[in-house]
Amino acid sequence: MKPVAPAPTKTRLKTSAMIASIAGEGQRTKPAPFGHALVELARSRPDIIGMTADLGKYTDLHIFGQAFPDRYYQMGMAEQLLMGAAAGMAHEGMVPFATTYAVFASRRAYDFIHQTIAEEDLNVKIACALPGLTSGYGPSHQAAEDLALFRAMPNMTVIDPCDAHEIEQVVPAMAAHQGPVYMRLLRGKVPLVLDEYDYKFELGKAKLLRDGADVLVISSGIMTMRALEVAAALEADKVGVAVLHVPTIKPLDAETILREASRSGRMVVVAENHTVIGGLGEAVAGLLLRSGVTPIFRQIGLPDEFLLAGALPTLHDHYGISTDAMSKTIKGWL
Amino acid sequence: MQTEPLGHNVSLAERAYRIRRNALLMGEVQGQGYIGQALDIADVLATAYFHAMTYRPEDPEWEGRDRFLLSNGHYAIALYAALIEAGIVPEDELETYGSDGSRLPMSGMAAYTPGMEMSGGSLGLGLSIAVGRALGLKRKGSSCRVFTLFSDGELDEGSVWEAIMSASHWKLDNLIGIVDVNNQQADGPSTQVMAFEPLVDKLEAFGWFVQRVDGNDLDAVVAAFDAATSHTEPKPRMIVCDTRMGCGVPFLEAREKNHFIRVDEHEWQMALEALEAGRKA
Repeated sequence: MKPVAPAPTKTRLKTSAMIASIAGEGQRTKPAPFGHALVELARSRPDIIGMTADLGKYTDLHIFGQAFPDRYYQMGMAEQLLMGAAAGMAHEGMVPFATTYAVFASRRAYDFIHQTIAEEDLNVKIACALPGLTSGYGPSHQAAEDLALFRAMPNMTVIDPCDAHEIEQVVPAMAAHQGPVYMRLLRGKVPLVLDEYDYKFELGKAKLLRDGADVLVISSGIMTMRALEVAAALEADKVGVAVLHVPTIKPLDAETILREASRSGRMVVVAENHTVIGGLGEAVAGLLLRSGVTPIFRQIGLPDEFLLAGALPTLHDHYGISTDAMSKTIKGWL
Repeated sequence: MQTEPLGHNVSLAERAYRIRRNALLMGEVQGQGYIGQALDIADVLATAYFHAMTYRPEDPEWEGRDRFLLSNGHYAIALYAALIEAGIVPEDELETYGSDGSRLPMSGMAAYTPGMEMSGGSLGLGLSIAVGRALGLKRKGSSCRVFTLFSDGELDEGSVWEAIMSASHWKLDNLIGIVDVNNQQADGPSTQVMAFEPLVDKLEAFGWFVQRVDGNDLDAVVAAFDAATSHTEPKPRMIVCDTRMGCGVPFLEAREKNHFIRVDEHEWQMALEALEAGRKA
């Protein structure tokens, strides 16, 4: 066999892989914060069990499965069954953490969550990976509508955490909450950001991470990470950007949002990794209008379209939710 | 029923008669309802509640009870009829059936009715919940069983087959499925809407212990429940019950369109009389 000549050096093609890292170049990360936090919690909570629909490895639940094999239920690639069976477990006193991808929970198993879990206000915790645009795999795996759907479901608490630091705190908080919870799950190597902000997650609470005189960005999930970067970037241009992180999409912290949005002279920008229809943006807009608070209001989010496949950084730029794109957009609005 | 019996000398046939009668009386309140199904499943419900299951009428959420999940929520009128007969729901609530503020809504909802273990209505949910409950009972070391009634029409739902596959994967010998094969669903005969036969072969191939009986032959139903509860293989159990819509009231049985029955005002009395005439001693 002849030796093969080395290929000329060329730029590696960007990938539209299903699992793509959401961490930026050189960003600090922590592996599988959800899985490790659940293991930690389960040591003192024998009622906690883990259930998944053939996505244990891809929702970090396998970490729990390894630690507690007798509390780990592989239900097969059957999201409807997963949710119904989780309801049955909750009826019998367990606190199941059920995992799959956000698209499958929101689209395929919605009726099962609605009827078997939410209607009876059962203690099922649903943690779903690949929320919003965190996969370049195309619309089959891009959960741009999950917040709109789960916000609309009575009894459901909806959480969109920002980073590993937050996920570690969200896990025990969702277990302590009585009733169903939907959590958008960041899995794999998850960025670590909020530990630098003396941040503590509280269910139902929005937190002002930094203040600024010109713009108030209200954000959830990974968009808070971006908003903090935008704020730092715009500081150089003497633009003061405040960042209000709203990890609990439902129930919304009306008091804090109204207080911050009422401060005069600030443009309010809601930034979300979700379609601009029915998510945080419209939730905040509705709250402000109903309360008679009418600042200049703008939305950054995904368009009402089926999204493209491609590399995540490319797509985030294309749809205006990357740090650079957000900075440009906000500057253009000023 | 293994707890202190309520009138333990009452025969199962009499229980089945009273369940049918209760259902007819409730149907009369609204002038319509899933009466055909209530009449067809009365023998199975009588066997479940007065022969096979353990429960405490005065404490419907007693931890030691066998769970009965009504997957086909539109059969609620049938289950109410049984719950009234079992003393779980007071008899005087019968006349509130389907009315504003009643604990007996026309579609079965868990939050409303004592003894109603799940909210049905959206079909194909029950067996999935039953899988979780059966797994949960095993986790707790409980010997209680999960009975789940669903209909042949629900076999159209993929989730039912997800649950059927999973129950045998998890060797749920504490799960007893009961499928009511009355060959009647919303758009016509179930076998024509979506072919589901040969059902026994399919279920056996999926790893279940399966029996098929005439669901309106009380002795056969009792024998099937006994065999299901005493079976020793680590498999979930299914009782396929062939039933006759409207069973016990010949003129309703003869109706061609009997998925959802409207009965004229004068016919309720006729139905009650026909039922009474066929009452077994």
